[in-house]
Amino acid sequence: MQQAIRAQAVQEAPLFEGEQTYERITAQIGDIPFEKHPIGWTVAFGLGFAGTTLLIFAIAVLLLIGLGIWGINQPVAWGFAIINFVWWIGIGHAGTLISAILLLMRQAWRMSINRFAEAMTIFAVMCAGLFPLIHTGRPWVAYWLLPLPNWLAMWPQFRSPLEWDVFAVSTYFTVSVLFWYMGLIPDLAAVRDRAKSQLAKVINGILSWGWRNSAIHWMRFESAYLLLAGLSTPLVLSVHSVVSLDFAISIVPGWHVTIFPPYFVAGAIYSGFAMVLTLVIPFRILYPKLREYITMHHIDMMAKVMLATGLIVFYGYMMEAFFGFYSANLFEKYMITNRMTGPYWPVYWALIFCNGIVIQALWFPKVRHNLFWLFIISLIVNIGMWLERFVIVVTSLHRDFTPSGWGMYGPTFWDWATYIGTLGFFVMMMFIFARFVPMLAMAELKDLWYRLYGHRGGHNGHAPAKEPTHAPTSGGGA
Amino acid sequence: MAHVATTTQPYGIMAEFDSPEALIEAARRTRLEGYRRFDCYTPFPIHGLTDAMGVREAKVPWTVFICGLIGALFGFGLQVYTSAIDYPLNVGGRDLISWPYFIPITFECMVLFAAFGAFIGMLAYNGLPAPYHPVFNVPQFARASVDRFFLCIESRDPKFDPERTRAFLQSLNPISISEVEP
Repeated sequence: MQQAIRAQAVQEAPLFEGEQTYERITAQIGDIPFEKHPIGWTVAFGLGFAGTTLLIFAIAVLLLIGLGIWGINQPVAWGFAIINFVWWIGIGHAGTLISAILLLMRQAWRMSINRFAEAMTIFAVMCAGLFPLIHTGRPWVAYWLLPLPNWLAMWPQFRSPLEWDVFAVSTYFTVSVLFWYMGLIPDLAAVRDRAKSQLAKVINGILSWGWRNSAIHWMRFESAYLLLAGLSTPLVLSVHSVVSLDFAISIVPGWHVTIFPPYFVAGAIYSGFAMVLTLVIPFRILYPKLREYITMHHIDMMAKVMLATGLIVFYGYMMEAFFGFYSANLFEKYMITNRMTGPYWPVYWALIFCNGIVIQALWFPKVRHNLFWLFIISLIVNIGMWLERFVIVVTSLHRDFTPSGWGMYGPTFWDWATYIGTLGFFVMMMFIFARFVPMLAMAELKDLWYRLYGHRGGHNGHAPAKEPTHAPTSGGGA
Repeated sequence: MAHVATTTQPYGIMAEFDSPEALIEAARRTRLEGYRRFDCYTPFPIHGLTDAMGVREAKVPWTVFICGLIGALFGFGLQVYTSAIDYPLNVGGRDLISWPYFIPITFECMVLFAAFGAFIGMLAYNGLPAPYHPVFNVPQFARASVDRFFLCIESRDPKFDPERTRAFLQSLNPISISEVEP
């Protein structure tokens, strides 16, 4: 019964476009690093490079002059830096969700997008980590955050969520890199075996550690891969929970809310899937062969996850408003009224429009199958999630407990330059990744193809071309 | 017999198959035949293959578990040492070992150590990095990462005999058979 339903689902929503062979999968994906890159690649890389230059310039000026070039002040000491930190790290979370949680849930559709999404995670976390680092004002002593013995005989305050953040984000980055790189090892070996030039052979040979596709190696590889997925799953939940505790452990109205950890995690996955769509849709245009592996079914599934998590986020907004009014606390009530009608009201309502109203369009299959509108919606969601963090950080801080401490916050040119700079850096890194590394997990795709359709056309008299009705077996991991 | 061993003992004899099913069957029969020192090479992990080869181990999971345990103890110990032993700071008589506050970092250290255990453990047990390996001397072997499935019986197997092993592999109906130079 279950099997029949699954088989039907496979036929209706193909995970592959067109007939594949192992050879074809390897050639299509593994040859991209050796092919001439499309002109769009150069343009996008150039834009990304320009952004990176801007970022370096903005940081240089910051280090020369100091934090005064930003718009932060008292009472709003957490401006763009923290908004962007939370935004970027949230984007990273979709990659881990796809690579780890969907692996544990045996979702076959993750295979085509996990490599791509994990790369996105790594670059997003790089951008994220930069912000608190430069927000410290003196990044050259950022090592004070680490528990290193020093002449002050002081240790970090381990009871502070800001210190938890140091550990959570650095662990998250390290584990994401390990997970991504380990999955790459067999694929880099495949690229090594295809490479025509000696240089490519040597580089890929070194990076793949001399991987030789041994069955015993695969067994240990799969075991380690599954365990890394199992470790990453609670890790990703912990990271954004810790990020939310940066806010929730304080007593600032609008931050001191118990709903924060789950609401932040849902928001992270929501914005991350939006970013995956924002990247995948142009990449499918730039590299048409990816369409064979990232099909409309994948896009549809991502849009559905975006809708589901978006609804959780919207529920969070409603709860925030409810808590504010129901709390019978003057400050809480003022906070939510101020968000809706205070000086930053357009930001709040833009946020509700982006994350509450626009995504309702995703209920309709027609919208989920229209790449143009899906792309627009994913951009709107990205903006919406950025606005959410703006609302949380700025509107909560700018009205302090006594009116004498009230203030306003506005970003300066350097705030924007840093933010746009990280966007450029992110784009540049994604395109470098697309240029040199197999973008999709070839071994996993071959495994998936085998499990879906069986082996086609055997010389050894085995199973000559089964009909493509086989659902993925429940056994097996990666 | 002895004359082969003294000159150049090959690394083994390799058979090439073109489907996972054929390879699983070949691995099963190789094991039944009494060979123990052999390995299969496949472009993607094939479920049931190591069972057919009779290989079973759980070194990686145990390594990860122990590394995770060490990580958790390290993380917790670090916080207890710094906050209660090396620099005890009495804030309004609150507990020096305020353990609920130490959980997040304990957890992160556990995950970090366990992840390194998984990554390094996988490579170490597999004997990687391996700058050189004889199997790559077989020209067809480049397809092991594309679409071909190989089985190699190694010469260090006590049952290995150049003629008989070759004849046995031939009986498995492979696409090709090659001697693997050391």
